[in-house]
Amino acid sequence: MFAYAVRRLGIGAVLLLSLTLVTYFLFFAVPSDPAKQACGKNCNEEQIEQTRVALGYDKPWIAQWGDFMTGLVKGRDFPADEELRANNPNIVTHCAAPCMGFSFVNQQTVNEILSGAFPISASIAVVALVFWVTGGVLFGILAAMTKGSFLDRGLVGLTLIAYAFPSFFIGKFLITYVSIKWGWVEYPAYLSIEEGGVSGWLSSLFLPALTLALLFLAGYVRITRSYVLESLSEDYIRTAKAKGLSQRTMIFKHALRAALTPLVTMIGLDFAGLLGGAIITENVFAYNGLGVVALQSFTSDDLPTMVGLVILIGSFVILANIIVDILYAVIDPRVRLG
Amino acid sequence: MSDLDTHGSVSADVAGGDPEAVEGKSPFQLAMGRFRRDKLTLVALGFVVTYVTAAIAAPFLVKAGVLDPYTTNQDLIGPDTIPIGKWGGISWEHPLGIEPGIGRDALSRIWYGMTFSLGIALTATLFAIGLGVIIGIVSGGAGGKTDAVLGRLTDLTLAFPQTLMVLALYSLGLAFITGTLHVPGGDLANAVYVTAILGLFGWTGVGRLIRGQVLSIREREFVEAARMIGASKMRIYFREILPNLWAPILIMFSLYMPIFVSAEAALSFLGVGIKPPTPTLGNVLADSLDYAQADFVYFFAPAALIAIIVVSFNLLGDGLRDALDPKADR
Repeated sequence: MFAYAVRRLGIGAVLLLSLTLVTYFLFFAVPSDPAKQACGKNCNEEQIEQTRVALGYDKPWIAQWGDFMTGLVKGRDFPADEELRANNPNIVTHCAAPCMGFSFVNQQTVNEILSGAFPISASIAVVALVFWVTGGVLFGILAAMTKGSFLDRGLVGLTLIAYAFPSFFIGKFLITYVSIKWGWVEYPAYLSIEEGGVSGWLSSLFLPALTLALLFLAGYVRITRSYVLESLSEDYIRTAKAKGLSQRTMIFKHALRAALTPLVTMIGLDFAGLLGGAIITENVFAYNGLGVVALQSFTSDDLPTMVGLVILIGSFVILANIIVDILYAVIDPRVRLG
Repeated sequence: MSDLDTHGSVSADVAGGDPEAVEGKSPFQLAMGRFRRDKLTLVALGFVVTYVTAAIAAPFLVKAGVLDPYTTNQDLIGPDTIPIGKWGGISWEHPLGIEPGIGRDALSRIWYGMTFSLGIALTATLFAIGLGVIIGIVSGGAGGKTDAVLGRLTDLTLAFPQTLMVLALYSLGLAFITGTLHVPGGDLANAVYVTAILGLFGWTGVGRLIRGQVLSIREREFVEAARMIGASKMRIYFREILPNLWAPILIMFSLYMPIFVSAEAALSFLGVGIKPPTPTLGNVLADSLDYAQADFVYFFAPAALIAIIVVSFNLLGDGLRDALDPKADR
């Protein structure tokens, strides 16, 4: 088990390294001029050149990647140019390890930008996860137990329709009609736990989390339904029934067990992706999480923030993959040997 | 189909009616039989055929002047930028009303926009499936080191956040497409960018599925026979193995189309892709968000059409899977 975990971690580390390398290659190896964008529209050639040197864009991409990795491990000082730093100590910003870069547009380290937005994205992701996993598993079991009935079709059909509408439409609909026009829910505005307490925090997350959950619900209903259906026809379920187990024990302890492995995989990967911000949902509701940061850095050509975000989300996904694989080995001992 | 389910066919025939005429059926005929019995899938297929035909017809209708997605009917717009009349200005000339603000015919924009949306989704689907099939076949067929490397490539591709990459690579990608590839800027370059990125980050699912299938196919006798007579690797991959993969490819096709139709809409919302005045379902819907309360018809219609497309393609995909691969329940 331990050896397996170590091997998975090793692969993860290699993947992470390749992720940063490919990201840097994609963004900095192609002929483009990030300095021009960072400098703004009114810069002349000389100013652009200065910006380029100050930001370190004059170096080859592999050297920039090296700087980034050094910053990740040891921290860095900005601007990137040493001479400039020595002459103007007042403009130097120190970025402690793990340094993700410095946003020229916002005059802030990427770490500050990302860590400010992260709690909001994580909050939405956690509440949405609870919604769609409980909803998906319960509806899936219900559908499986009433296979072919009106209820089964209704559940599968309705969740599919909810998935089919674009989520920015659903979000906008919830804001405009459910909240503003009909007044069923308060107008969604993010409250942190310090501001609104746990209940205020939760209720402020209701609509965005619902919007996000509807996107995933259909898939979880289907997976749960089909695995539970499959295991309901297995011999061990018949045995369980024959020895007089209650329906609840039979479903939750025996039939659901088969669905556990695929569910764990899906949950791990979906959740990891969402920790990096639900771009659409956050922007529809104007909740300033990582998804809003992503769109802002796109519109303002804030390359360092974008690179930091890509690498952050990529590492979440890689980490989730490792955790899922290790959990797999715990749930299903056969995996370890394979 | 890889499995000859002859027992099933005989008993099904006997149960189905005439016990005298027990005839062998090809796997394809069996699949067609299963497909025809599946009412819901047939309905979904009806929908798909209808709107695909409509989408193909749209450019001709625009040329003939039946659909007019560009004329601005400012006389039908009230001073509050909202169309005059009930339900977003629905009338015989404008069955879905007109666009608030600019005043173009809503039905024409949605209908013609569907052509662009489906076109983008189709190109991206073909690209993603093409990539996935090639990588899957080579990975599963070669095995060993090649398989390991391609497996890690899949993991790496999955680690990149797709939506974010679309945004992040936008200016670079567009510069590359117009500059290096000499594609004229504007709608075409935007469409090329969106399809390329969706394909480049979307092939992983197909790749994994095809690899799995190839792993079992390559142990079959006909592949062994081909190997025995000294067929080249390319021949084995693409002449022997590939023809056996049409069922999963067809299923994947109808499951990828709706994903990319949704993706086009989502990207339009974020400001990436074909831009107005050229309509797509995504940019019409993104534009309608400002009128969500003032003009519900204009807000709801493009979203509903996207939903119909997504649902019907999904149902068709499920039906195809049930018909072509009866053993796979999910």
